[in-house]
Amino acid sequence: MTIASESGAAKPDAIRIAGITKAFGDATPALDGITANIRAGEITGLVGPDGAGKTTLIRLMTGLMLPDAGTIEVLGYDTRTDAARIHSAIGYMPQRFGLYEDLSVQENLDLYADLRGLPKSERPAVFDELLTFTDLKRFTTRLSGKLSGGMKQKLGLACALLRKPRVLLLDEPGVGVDPISRRDLWKMVEALTQEGIGVLWSTAYLDEAEACDRVLLLNQGKLLFVGPPSELTSRVEGRTFKLSGVAGRRRAVLARALEDDSVVDGVIQGEAIRLVVENAGDPLTQVLEQAGPDAHIAPTPPRFEDAFVDMLGGGPGGRSKLAEETRARPADSDRPVIVAKGLTKQFGDFTAASNITFDVPRGEIFGLLGPNGAGKSTTFKMLCGLLKPTAGEGRVAGFDLRRDGAEARNRLGYMAQKFSLYGDLSVAQNLDFFAGVYGLSGARKRERVALMTEIFDFGPHTALNSKDLPLGLKQRLALACAVLHEPEALFLDEPTSGVDPITRREFWTHINGLVEKGVTVLVTTHFMDEAEYCDRITLINRGQAIALGTPDELKARVATPEMPDPTMEDAFIALVQGSAERAAA
Amino acid sequence: MTDTAHGAAEAAHSGTVRRLASLVRKESLQILRDPSSILIAFVLPAVLLFLFGYGVSLDIQRTRVGLAVEVQTPLTQDLAASFQASRYFDVSTGRDRRAFEEDLVLGRIRGIIVIPATFTSDFAAHTKPTVQVIVDGSEPNTANFVQNYTQGVVANWAALRSAETMAQQPAIIPEPRYWFNAELESRNFLVPGSIAIVMALVGTLLTSLVVAREWERGTMEAIMATPVTAAELVAGKILPYFVLGLVSMTLCVAVAVFLFGVPFRGSLLALYALSASFLVPALGQGLLISAATKNQFLASQVALLSAFMPAFLLSGFLFEINSMPTVIQWITIIVPARYLIPSLQTVFLAGDIWPMFLEAIAVMLAMGAIMFLLAARSTRKRIA
Repeated sequence: MTIASESGAAKPDAIRIAGITKAFGDATPALDGITANIRAGEITGLVGPDGAGKTTLIRLMTGLMLPDAGTIEVLGYDTRTDAARIHSAIGYMPQRFGLYEDLSVQENLDLYADLRGLPKSERPAVFDELLTFTDLKRFTTRLSGKLSGGMKQKLGLACALLRKPRVLLLDEPGVGVDPISRRDLWKMVEALTQEGIGVLWSTAYLDEAEACDRVLLLNQGKLLFVGPPSELTSRVEGRTFKLSGVAGRRRAVLARALEDDSVVDGVIQGEAIRLVVENAGDPLTQVLEQAGPDAHIAPTPPRFEDAFVDMLGGGPGGRSKLAEETRARPADSDRPVIVAKGLTKQFGDFTAASNITFDVPRGEIFGLLGPNGAGKSTTFKMLCGLLKPTAGEGRVAGFDLRRDGAEARNRLGYMAQKFSLYGDLSVAQNLDFFAGVYGLSGARKRERVALMTEIFDFGPHTALNSKDLPLGLKQRLALACAVLHEPEALFLDEPTSGVDPITRREFWTHINGLVEKGVTVLVTTHFMDEAEYCDRITLINRGQAIALGTPDELKARVATPEMPDPTMEDAFIALVQGSAERAAA
Repeated sequence: MTDTAHGAAEAAHSGTVRRLASLVRKESLQILRDPSSILIAFVLPAVLLFLFGYGVSLDIQRTRVGLAVEVQTPLTQDLAASFQASRYFDVSTGRDRRAFEEDLVLGRIRGIIVIPATFTSDFAAHTKPTVQVIVDGSEPNTANFVQNYTQGVVANWAALRSAETMAQQPAIIPEPRYWFNAELESRNFLVPGSIAIVMALVGTLLTSLVVAREWERGTMEAIMATPVTAAELVAGKILPYFVLGLVSMTLCVAVAVFLFGVPFRGSLLALYALSASFLVPALGQGLLISAATKNQFLASQVALLSAFMPAFLLSGFLFEINSMPTVIQWITIIVPARYLIPSLQTVFLAGDIWPMFLEAIAVMLAMGAIMFLLAARSTRKRIA
């Protein structure tokens, strides 16, 4: 290879971005004055929440879109003048992978081999190598639309790699893909960098950023940071702590801790609380005092997300006005609020969910976790009355979903993935509509809508159409619509995937507050940070519940001498793979 | 230097051929596997043809009418018998028109024909005898038919009668002869016309849908980032749908000729030359729509409104262009189907009239050229 890489000095630039600005319409620019380099032989993470401008920046690099100002050079070619040369030299996997769903795996490969001009003589060897690499050899005749999300993504990658690109651009390859497939893909891409390929990996998952060689951190069209992730995390070095011994009270403790002036950020991690403080060496006496006699605090290594939040000026406070305005529901009895008893759903001869059983007592957050297509959405939908179970029963607030479906639904609030608001209705109209749907009328309706408008600060935005709102406001509006009728149970379907960490914290502050008031929450997610907020989790794989327990119990279950302190993601992967091995055995 | 340049050009050329072949193969596989393209290219045309072949007929046969004969005389009975014998009417007879009024109001009959009490005496006196026709004005078409056919029946009867009695010189009786469609079967001109509609569907609707789908599914973005050129992309879309349009048309012609017995008096060459020329603007329009909308729902709406409906309403297929308001007549000038339909009807019913065909072909190709020019301008390798 080149001398530069041998000597360990900076690798050559694959892409140079200089002063890029791009705006759509009159809105604030999607990208504003971006200057950065992407190096060959490295994985560069393009990190930022949804709407930060990641896809736009990648499209600008492909030359499929032109900047309003500034220049981009890919391998020395200007995207304005030499797009054709760039297209011959790069591999690009857009979101949704760019596959033809009605073509088979092999036909997709053939098509892209022809389009990329891979000589016929080289094909057998290249196909063989890529199919082995992606473990798709058994599926060459399968239509790509019938592949799982993870397999589609690998095929998409294979198509982008057909003619050894020198630069590989991957637009959110981790979206809609479970942690196992994500980890597989990461390993493949890492192997590519060994051959000197420059890889750009865009992601909204901040934990993925940590593994990158270098990171471009985008937020609202602005570049916040360029460099190795460790350089960013070093800004919170010595300021991150884990507060444990607060089991059972962690939500209340966190809420109070976030109100403390010395605390910049805090999140729940299983039984413990993770805190970022303003100044290293802060004794946190007040926080500890409030946390109770068993509480103890220990330093913990900083994470990329800690630094990101710190950089944005810290997370929101711990008070939830929404929770304060919600009347408390006393723990009246031991009767669970959500009950799943032997829930089974069959579609034809395919069993999407088989004999799922669990109880959720009042004031608990219960998580449904699992790979894509494992059956967690099916279970979720059966419990909120959207799907009729083939067998078994589901109850919400004591009402059988089969017999008293309407009664049960009146007592639950539902927040769908991607918020399912009416984009062409204004904020006020959405609130009004959902209030009507949930049976509120007259004075109570006006009162609740006014309260939500005040709590979530919709005042200046009430006349805006909800589709034009920034993501954070959409998130708030969706929550407001789901809690208008003061439901006993809240159903959340991947509530914070893709939103920025500040918005996510704000959301969970509200949820934690509501739970403290006795609201019961069921959440599906494959976002590990969300899983940490749960009191208990059931892990679903291939329609079966394979594990049930608190996040810490699940983590402890997979701890090994080599991995004494597994993360939630480690636990997820180990448990799913373990169950797959048992099934195979 | 020139050698390498030549080599590069050759490589680029072979690259084009290979990429184009690959795109065409991909598109063909997709057509064969996608139920919706089969639906639009084969099932929908079949349904349309059957509708026009069997369902829609612009001829009136056996229209139900009430016949009120107020006074029974041999003369009025003879006239009534003429009505009963007519293939155009299904007659129920009575003495009083009031007996039929309710039926007419309820739509059970389409008209009341009254042979008045004075008819026989008027006829004998050679003062003009009259027959009254009462029709439902809310259905002007049917009302017209009833009126005209009644006149026809009465005129025939009068002519026959005067011929039989030899009382006078027979009146001059026009003997119309309809060329090319001797039985005036509306099916014979509707079916060729509907073939044009079918090609508008395949050419414009299907093409705009499949291109928009590539945008929606993100595949367009992925292939644009390969060395493929914009021209190759366009050609790779056009060629398969051009062939599909011709296949679909062939199927329709076979159904028309062998199932419906529509005569085919022209040549296959003329048929294919006309159809191929029509597909050029149709496909160009489809491309233009999809490039502008990039969204399947919008594309289908625009295609239906801008291609299907005009081919239906403004092409002379159902309504005579000459009887349209002048402004609408001007609009029909830019409807490609307007040039195809008369020529197709001619190929079927009259035979090859090349001067007419060549003019139509020239106009359609010119329209196609304009569409493609516009489409090419909007199809660049750019996302926005």
